[in-house]
Amino acid sequence: MNTIRALFTVSVGKKIVMGLTGLFLCLFLLVHLSGNLLLFKHDGGAAFNEYSAFMSTSWVIRIMEFVLLFGFAFHIVEGVVLTIQNRRARPHRYALNDASSNSDWTSRTMFVTGSIVFVFLVVHLNTFFVRHRFLHVQETMYDSVVHAFQRGWNGWYWAFYVVAMVLLAFHLHHGFQSAFQSLGLNHKRYTPLIKKLGLLFAIIVPAGFASMPIYFHFQQFVK
Amino acid sequence: MDLTLKIWRQKDAQSEGRFVTYQVTDISPDMSFLEMLDVLNEDLIRKGEDPVAFDHDCREGICGACGLYINGRAHGPLKGTTTCQLHMRHFRDGDTIVVEPWRAGPFPVIKDLVVDRSALDRILRAGGYISVNTGSAPEANSIPVPKEAADEAFDAATCIGCGACVAACKNASAMLFVAAKVSHLSLLPQGQVEKRQRVLRMVAQMDEEGFGNCTNTYACEAECPKEISVSHIARMNREYLAALLTSGK
Ligand code: HEM
Ligand code: SF4
Ligand code: FES
Repeated sequence: MNTIRALFTVSVGKKIVMGLTGLFLCLFLLVHLSGNLLLFKHDGGAAFNEYSAFMSTSWVIRIMEFVLLFGFAFHIVEGVVLTIQNRRARPHRYALNDASSNSDWTSRTMFVTGSIVFVFLVVHLNTFFVRHRFLHVQETMYDSVVHAFQRGWNGWYWAFYVVAMVLLAFHLHHGFQSAFQSLGLNHKRYTPLIKKLGLLFAIIVPAGFASMPIYFHFQQFVK
Repeated sequence: MDLTLKIWRQKDAQSEGRFVTYQVTDISPDMSFLEMLDVLNEDLIRKGEDPVAFDHDCREGICGACGLYINGRAHGPLKGTTTCQLHMRHFRDGDTIVVEPWRAGPFPVIKDLVVDRSALDRILRAGGYISVNTGSAPEANSIPVPKEAADEAFDAATCIGCGACVAACKNASAMLFVAAKVSHLSLLPQGQVEKRQRVLRMVAQMDEEGFGNCTNTYACEAECPKEISVSHIARMNREYLAALLTSGK
């Protein structure tokens, strides 16, 4: 069987794609978060704006944007395909199914949590990426961020971010360790560590992202 | 004990099924679940009704025939136990018990609680074997097997092909069953010759039968009566990747 075709058509191959893209997206989250932490520097956004300008001009980053686009595309398309095929594999459902006794609910809701993350992604890209890259709005990225988190959607934009990050946390809670299993990396000694690391990752990364809308939204009321 | 049973009745694969409620009385807590069903069936036969069809053979937890979905769990509420080894003392007097067949597209209902699991046999036929020279038994010490490998292969080999992993999985995936066989043979020296083609063929047959894709919920491991570990699934994923990269086609 042709290797590339197998990766997209065979059950185990699709899981390899899911695992690789999932881990790649985790890595992206880490990079994205560390850059965004510049928002917290008390310099009126100077460092953050400089970082933002670098991200939109560097050719290395421009290439990575495409890699990221494909990473998301494969992850989402395969995720949807897997979900449809898996529903079809059980045409008659159980009248009584006590799934909570044998599995974690975050593992059974990957499509739901992923889909909400997808909605978030569209909104998020539209607010920042599209307005700056394609509509060329005349304000600094820092001002866009502060404005969105303080007054966006009649003052509710920040809350949407926080909710989406909670769902991302659930997605990552199962996804992080699951990716290692998909790639065949399961070991008596290291798998429990990977699960702990996954829990930490699933808490710290979304919490880090959520801290920004919370900080900027409530900052306007202090003073 | 007196119990209310809600049992799935279905004439054959083509007919619509439905739940029928039965009462059983004077059930001993020492009876197995299957013996309790025997009591019900004797009662039905006495009344001239059609007895409930269910699969069973060894009744000692080693053949894998007796799969039933009991109160929303494969083989009932106990861990590491087949239905025939589940005893009525784990239920309470007056309980209502819901009994369904394994539900999965590749497991069509034959009658009532009996499903056709020959899809699993076809997967085995696709690669679950080793090539050996026939003749007299080989000298035991001529093929050394490390103790750890032997133990792990044996753990995988305890799979009884019951299909609880498929039944419990939200995706009706057969990964644990297939992985147990792939892992068992790939750990042993005798399994090396067909190692690569085995995993490719068995996975291809698994897909062809219409089982779902594994999403690592690990429900299979939790419900497997032989408590086979999902680490075997990871080994199969590794073997599959290695086979894909080296199969040369
Ligand atoms: C930054 C965003 C995201 C990250 C970091 C991420 C990460 C992951 C990881 C690590 C896995 C586990 C892969 C595996 O089990 O091998 C996974 C699974 C999954 N993801 Fe995402 N994901 C993201 C966004 C999305 C989106 C937007 C969707 C949209 C539908 C989605 C749908 C799914 C589904 C359905 C699965 C389960 C598939 C399976 O287990 O086979 N994810 N994700
Ligand atoms: S892996 Fe376990 S649950 Fe699945 S068929 Fe084998 S014994 Fe039954
Ligand atoms: S009847 Fe053989 S395992 Fe239960």
